[in-house]
Amino acid sequence: MDAVIEGGFTDRVLGAQSVFRATMDALARPGTVQSIASDAAPPAPLTQELGALALTLCDQDTLVWLDPVLASSEAVTGWLAFHCGAPLTADPSQAQFALVTEARHLPKLDVLGQGTDEYPDRSTTVVLAAAAGTQRVTLKGPGIKNRLDTELPLPGGDFLAQWADNRERFPRGIDILIVRDGALVALPRTTRISEA
Amino acid sequence: MNVAAYNFAYLDEQTKRMIRRAILKAIAVPGYQVPFASREMPMPYGWGTGGVQITASIIGPEDVLKVIDQGADDTTNAVSIRAFFAKVANVAVTTHTAEASIIQTRHRIPERTLTEGQVLVYQVPIPEPLRYLEPRETETRKMHALEEYGLMHVKLYEDIAKHGRIATTYAYPVKVEGRYVMDPSPTPKFDNPKMHMSEALQLFGAGREKRIYAVPPYTEVVSLDFEDHPFEIQHFEEPCALCGATGVYLDEVILDDHGGHMFVCSDTDNCEDRREHGHRGTLAGHALEAAE
Repeated sequence: MDAVIEGGFTDRVLGAQSVFRATMDALARPGTVQSIASDAAPPAPLTQELGALALTLCDQDTLVWLDPVLASSEAVTGWLAFHCGAPLTADPSQAQFALVTEARHLPKLDVLGQGTDEYPDRSTTVVLAAAAGTQRVTLKGPGIKNRLDTELPLPGGDFLAQWADNRERFPRGIDILIVRDGALVALPRTTRISEA
Repeated sequence: MNVAAYNFAYLDEQTKRMIRRAILKAIAVPGYQVPFASREMPMPYGWGTGGVQITASIIGPEDVLKVIDQGADDTTNAVSIRAFFAKVANVAVTTHTAEASIIQTRHRIPERTLTEGQVLVYQVPIPEPLRYLEPRETETRKMHALEEYGLMHVKLYEDIAKHGRIATTYAYPVKVEGRYVMDPSPTPKFDNPKMHMSEALQLFGAGREKRIYAVPPYTEVVSLDFEDHPFEIQHFEEPCALCGATGVYLDEVILDDHGGHMFVCSDTDNCEDRREHGHRGTLAGHALEAAE
């Protein structure tokens, strides 16, 4: 029971403000690493970073999709219900946010909410906890001066091909926030990724 | 008034989350107007309720806030909004462009080039660039969806047919990243080139119209024009009468009822800074008190 009630931001106002500001800066400058260090302490398997972003962005107005690992944990669903009050959905295309603990649980990007041509904002934002390891890539697009050569903890497999399709759907499409070790990297739908 | 009864930065947390989600979508789709549930603010519509809600949702205790109204730090709107945030968020305020981390503006972009990490928050009255051409929201939304902007070019063409040139001087429409036509708010078109590839993040808030939109840093912002009538900014015949600056936006000030007038910098901080550094215009008889 305690695990459900404990673990929010000690200062819920400034805790959310600092995590949001880092997220905003990350989306405005794709590929740059922003610190989202906080004292959020959600129960496993929800990571500290996923928990912090849920506290910052999710509430009664947002449908949240959880990956199978999170969805099957009563500690996690209880914690999210108590701290965010966000309704859950089993349909990723309906979700405003998708919380994903591992790249292999990431749904195909085209089954997530894409928004419509008239309302491209009605799309899913994925929050993905990345595993160790990085991939050398080159980023281009709004928020990036010329180009950015960097190493990012991207999901493997055919992710880059899926992302290229996501980019093609602009202005529809999903945005991804990748978190690891108290830090966040954002990829808005406008970013072009190529292997370096 | 008991300030302690208010949440940090005035807005409640649920409202901030709603606005923050809209800001993130706005950055992800540059130039697209994201609907949001604009709140009543303790000031009337038209006084910057959209900009104030954005500022309140992003500001933190470390921020330094500057507020300008038509370029000036010392006009009613700027002074009252600056005092509002000094009170409800207890943040540091400044009039110096270089020192500010957040600059809320009504209808100007500072003359000093903005740098990485700064956020420029615009107060926007009518966010829809097509609104005066098509009053129905259902239609303008479809026009944006289909990227159907021919009507805007017709409007600019009619300017040329009537006046021999594009007569639009403020709220001059721009195309963002080759996709969305956007209203840069009623800034003079003089400021349009500053939006292009700006290092600063630009956020736009329209409180009455309930829209938020954004231009991320390093984003293409192109003013609409024609090959034979290229976009041009205003040029001024004379320099600022106080600081002697050229290449800045000037306001005309009437001095008497015999046609006497002077042109002075619209950006008061830039003008004061230049005068402190010894620049003098033709009418700079004595040093003016700094705005606060």
